[in-house]
Amino acid sequence: MAEVFFYLLAALAIGGGVGMVTRKNPVGSLLFLVLTLASLAGIFVLLDAHFLAAIQVVVYAGAIMVLFLFVIMLLNLGHDYQPDIRGGLWMVMGFALSGLLGGILAQRFGGGGELTGALLPVAGGPGAVRALVEEHNAVGAIAGPMFRDYLVPFEVTSVLLLVAIVGAIVLAKRRI
Amino acid sequence: MEKVAGTAFLIASSAKVVATFTLVLLSVAYITLLERRLAAFMQDRRGPNRVGPFGLLQPIADGLKNLLKEETSPAAASRFYFFLGPMLSLMPATVIFAVVPFAAPLPTPWGVVDMIVADLPVGILFVLALSSLAVYGIVLGGWASNNKYAFLGALRSSAQMVSYEVALGLSLVAVLMLAGNVTLTEMVWRQQQLDWWFAFPLALAFLLFVISAFAENNRLPFDLPEAESELITGYHTEYSAMKFSMFFIAEYAHLLTNSALMATLFLGGWDIPFWRGDDMFWVGGALVSGFDATGAPLLAEPAWWKTALTLAAFAAKTSFFVFLYIWVRWTLPRFRYDQVMHLGWKVMIPTALAYIMLIGGTILVLDALRTPYGFTYGLVLTAVSLVATGLFVFVLDRDRIIGGADLTRRRSGTEYQRAEMIVASDL
Repeated sequence: MAEVFFYLLAALAIGGGVGMVTRKNPVGSLLFLVLTLASLAGIFVLLDAHFLAAIQVVVYAGAIMVLFLFVIMLLNLGHDYQPDIRGGLWMVMGFALSGLLGGILAQRFGGGGELTGALLPVAGGPGAVRALVEEHNAVGAIAGPMFRDYLVPFEVTSVLLLVAIVGAIVLAKRRI
Repeated sequence: MEKVAGTAFLIASSAKVVATFTLVLLSVAYITLLERRLAAFMQDRRGPNRVGPFGLLQPIADGLKNLLKEETSPAAASRFYFFLGPMLSLMPATVIFAVVPFAAPLPTPWGVVDMIVADLPVGILFVLALSSLAVYGIVLGGWASNNKYAFLGALRSSAQMVSYEVALGLSLVAVLMLAGNVTLTEMVWRQQQLDWWFAFPLALAFLLFVISAFAENNRLPFDLPEAESELITGYHTEYSAMKFSMFFIAEYAHLLTNSALMATLFLGGWDIPFWRGDDMFWVGGALVSGFDATGAPLLAEPAWWKTALTLAAFAAKTSFFVFLYIWVRWTLPRFRYDQVMHLGWKVMIPTALAYIMLIGGTILVLDALRTPYGFTYGLVLTAVSLVATGLFVFVLDRDRIIGGADLTRRRSGTEYQRAEMIVASDL
């Protein structure tokens, strides 16, 4: 049952990605990207990472993409869309690059090996996340490591975001 | 008593899905009738009372009419997105109800059935996720119509919904701190354990949540995306027949789910006040009604009549908020756009942030003093919150932040007093 859903969501995610690149209409691209993000959230749920799935939808699909939509609609009222990639050479280079990337990913993860150890912060493979969530509940399972073990990186990231916000205001407003 | 499992679980879940979905759509139909009747009552009119007794068949007649009407599709609209808009609008509004617990667990011969469609571990985050998707339907509908009024409505709605979502989320943080978890079932349980509904210990969060929920729902006084006097009807200007009807159903379904959410988060959900018999929660695979002095769990006794009573309590609380929505709509005028943004960014968000600090600090102090989670705990929080709420309302009421057209006149005094004297002499 879970496998059926996985392949369905994976197909939707990849289809959304392809659709996003191939659409000429930016609103269409954006909606396909939302589809990809939503499918990824579904895959997170299959991995028992409910919190991550919810945050994926709240932050990416619900906030960032809505802002994108806002900007696209404000800046691009006409329908004179021009493709960014022109000419055959760019196309060839694009396909070659994505092929290379796919090859590297296939070589790294294609051997049927299980995702364990260094890649997952939780020891123990499948079922480990579910046990963690049952013990600490969905938010506590993430909040514990984030505010205890990784507190400094977390705070540094917040400062980085603050810097970005201040920078945006300085750029947008000449006189503050 | 065990939870239902296996085939019985599948059957129970399917039954719950069908029942809730039908009930939500049916309630939505009758809320439209209620709104029209109440509006008529408040404006001293009769309202729709011709179709069936008291106009009770009016929603069915409206539904049939919208199904059979001709669909017009504007020539300049992008057809696909025009079609997608109403669907994207309707989906989140109806799905959110899945995570709202609506009664005490029901005992059956096959095990105890939880009266919630899906008790997700992320609970309220699921609600936030779906309500943040609701803006797509409105924005796409308005944009795809290729109509200036519709587009203006869509832009206004996206700005407004994004702004107030922040305030909504921040006002929820106080609730999460007190509840200690994000699932709605546990929030109901924690309110039962506290002996206080969260509306009192978290009074200011309640106020902020209600205001943001009104804005999220695009209801008066925040109905700028529609604003009939300026934008015809805003984002759904170009829609007709069933597509228009879908936007309409979405709005009322959103109203209903928001009311149910407010009832669950702040009025104890299906809890019946001053009665311990309905307290039930799953702790380690057993249905528990509380803990004795040594901390040992006391087993709960679920019964069908308890489920029925709690369901009635939940319906009453939800109806109260539905009524509040309608009451406010026919009482208050619409904000100006800059007032909406001002209130959202410069009043609601800073207040919510300060309130999080206040409640967080109070909880820290209470925990440091080893106050047990119960009546006294809630009493202290209530006292703190009431002071904060009083201060907030007092500052808002100074007519400096939301000043209407009447404000300048009252400040200058003379004209206002003269008008008052004329009214008095007429009486």
